[in-house]
Amino acid sequence: MIDQLIDSFKKFELQLNGASKNSWHQIRKKAMESFSEKGLPKAKNEEYRYTQLGRILDKKFQFSDLSMVGRDSIHGENILFHDADAYHIYINNGIVDKEINSSLIANGLIILTLQEALGKYPKDIEAHLGNYSNKNNDAFAELNTIFSYEGVFIKVEKNANIDKPILLHYSGTDHLNQSIYQSRNLIIVESGAQVEIIESYSSFEKEEYFSNHVSEIVVEANAHFNYYKLQNQSNKTYHVDNTYIAQEKDSVVTSYIFTLEGKIIRNNLNFALEDQNCETHLFGLYVAHGDNHIDNHTVVNHKFANCFSNQIYKGILDDTAKAVFNGKIFVQPDAQKTNAFQSNKNILLTDTASMNSKPQLEIWADDVKCSHGCTTGQLDEEQLFYLRSRGISKSSARGMLLHAFVDDVLDKIKIDFLHDFVANEMNNRLD
Amino acid sequence: MLKIKNLHASVAGQQILKGINLEIKAGEVHAIMGPNGSGKSTLASVLAGREEYEVTEGEVEFLGKNILDLSPEDRAREGLFLAFQYPVEIPGVSSNNFLRTALNQIRQYKGLEPMDAVHFLKRMKEKMSLVEIDQKLINRSLNEGFSGGEKKRNEIFQMAMLEPKLAILDETDSGLDIDALRIVANGVNKLKSKDNATIVVTHYQRLLDYIVPDFVHVLYKGRIVKSGDKSLAMELEDKGYDWIKVDVDGVVS
Ligand SMILES: Nc1ncnc2c1ncn2[C@@H]1O[C@H](COP(=O)(O)OP(=O)(O)O)[C@@H](O)[C@H]1O
Ligand SMILES: [Mg+2]
Repeated sequence: MIDQLIDSFKKFELQLNGASKNSWHQIRKKAMESFSEKGLPKAKNEEYRYTQLGRILDKKFQFSDLSMVGRDSIHGENILFHDADAYHIYINNGIVDKEINSSLIANGLIILTLQEALGKYPKDIEAHLGNYSNKNNDAFAELNTIFSYEGVFIKVEKNANIDKPILLHYSGTDHLNQSIYQSRNLIIVESGAQVEIIESYSSFEKEEYFSNHVSEIVVEANAHFNYYKLQNQSNKTYHVDNTYIAQEKDSVVTSYIFTLEGKIIRNNLNFALEDQNCETHLFGLYVAHGDNHIDNHTVVNHKFANCFSNQIYKGILDDTAKAVFNGKIFVQPDAQKTNAFQSNKNILLTDTASMNSKPQLEIWADDVKCSHGCTTGQLDEEQLFYLRSRGISKSSARGMLLHAFVDDVLDKIKIDFLHDFVANEMNNRLD
Repeated sequence: MLKIKNLHASVAGQQILKGINLEIKAGEVHAIMGPNGSGKSTLASVLAGREEYEVTEGEVEFLGKNILDLSPEDRAREGLFLAFQYPVEIPGVSSNNFLRTALNQIRQYKGLEPMDAVHFLKRMKEKMSLVEIDQKLINRSLNEGFSGGEKKRNEIFQMAMLEPKLAILDETDSGLDIDALRIVANGVNKLKSKDNATIVVTHYQRLLDYIVPDFVHVLYKGRIVKSGDKSLAMELEDKGYDWIKVDVDGVVS
């Protein structure tokens, strides 16, 4: 497989022409070096123990041609939220589908392809691109770094307050006989700025493909960033998401991840709190059915004092669905007065659904408040009986309890159209 | 209204009810007393349809129907109501939504249109004042963080909202202070009519000063071992259960 990949990379370099000399390409080469030493995660890899993606992908997909895919036009009007009040960007098969045009211009907001940004904002690219993903050594993030050549660059300038959410629509097709896609973002929220970004993943055709995403995000001092991911692909889609968020002093970031459909989904969400007084919220909701396999790995790395992080992830698993939660909290020696909380709760609707939940706290400072808890169980029989004894049908009673379970996360969504969509999906799924 | 014949029931493989016979007519109030663990709550649960209790013998007819085959919700829709000894807390479910769903599913079962918001709120207000329950409690999630007394009062409030034919109050008086007891009893009395009936399961004769029973039954070791009128409750209050235990165990063993 690694040989296939090396071949692929050679072809890819030829396609790049002159671009194989620029700084971006040096980052690719570094990732290639690291990747070729290890390849995709092996069976015994601790991080991928419960999600054997390496083996599955290796069997299912061809890694011999990860060359550039062409621009494949999609029909925007079929896409979820296409008429929402937002700045829209369409990314199909990892490639920006439409020109990034003037409708995307707002005061203090810069949206370019990464290629364009390389010319216009070389300093930003040099400072950040690959800087976070390469440090982490995740094989999928490296794969993305090696083969992505377009992507989205978003810069929110100092003190800008963006009036509408930025909505990145990701879709996949298999028109081009290509079934592995890399999509990539670099997002810089400068100091004092405020913005909301949504990444919405869907797929039109029920074809098998593997989409491999990386977002690198820098949130500068005192900036506010709300970040939403909606994962609603098909039950044949394999998806890996590596997201790196570096927070600077006094910044506030809230991340939301809603996973509704996908064959195998693996999310690695990494927060690095790089200075004092950062505030971080992580909300997750996954509703899995059929043979969905949903794996959320999170890291919150408290490096400095007086930061706060709070994580609430909830899952409902039906049929033979499987889910994995691994939440790491690191509190480094300098991170005194840290407040870090984590909770993962799951409801299994069948005997055949399964959950593997593992909180992992490593605390090196002594003056901290940390707590974590995870629960996995069936719906509460006592509660069900109580509701039914008042004349409420079994299915309504189940629906009410499941809604009650997810509502505290749903209530945190600050964007109406997104809230309504997720709430409505919940209604359809849970009643 | 309710006819229980030779009812046997077991839970977790253990026989708890060992041949209960009881008949209740419209307009009547029956008190069921008895020492802890004698099977009072089990009887209430079996009537309400809790699934882990298995009926091994006997019949229960409610308003002419065999209810043992009905789901818990259908029993409620037929007009049966159980005020739980230990009401559960259901975080995230609002009292409002809960009661509206219950009321309308009962109405639907009876072929009635759903009650509109205006009438629903009117009824809420009316019944809230009847059982003197605070709006603040109703605004919270169902029973969440309620005190013991508040939970009991909420049971009576739900009963008032749903207007059942037969209400079974399982130790609704336990743990209530005199004021709360009076309010609860008052609520029950106001809802009493010649068309409905009440079973009060209690430990204490005290409640029966406020809700006057037509019949008093003593349940012991899964059987009704003694029945009488209100004076039986007085006697139990005076003498405790020991004389009954001696009576029964003497005969049985
Ligand atoms: N769910 C259950 N599982 C096992 N045993 C039970 C259960 N419910 C009741 N019992 C047993 O049945 C007997 C009667 O209990 P209960 O009906 O609660 O009595 P009472 O209400 O008269 O105090 C007790 O011995 C109790 O331990
Ligand atoms: Mg009891």
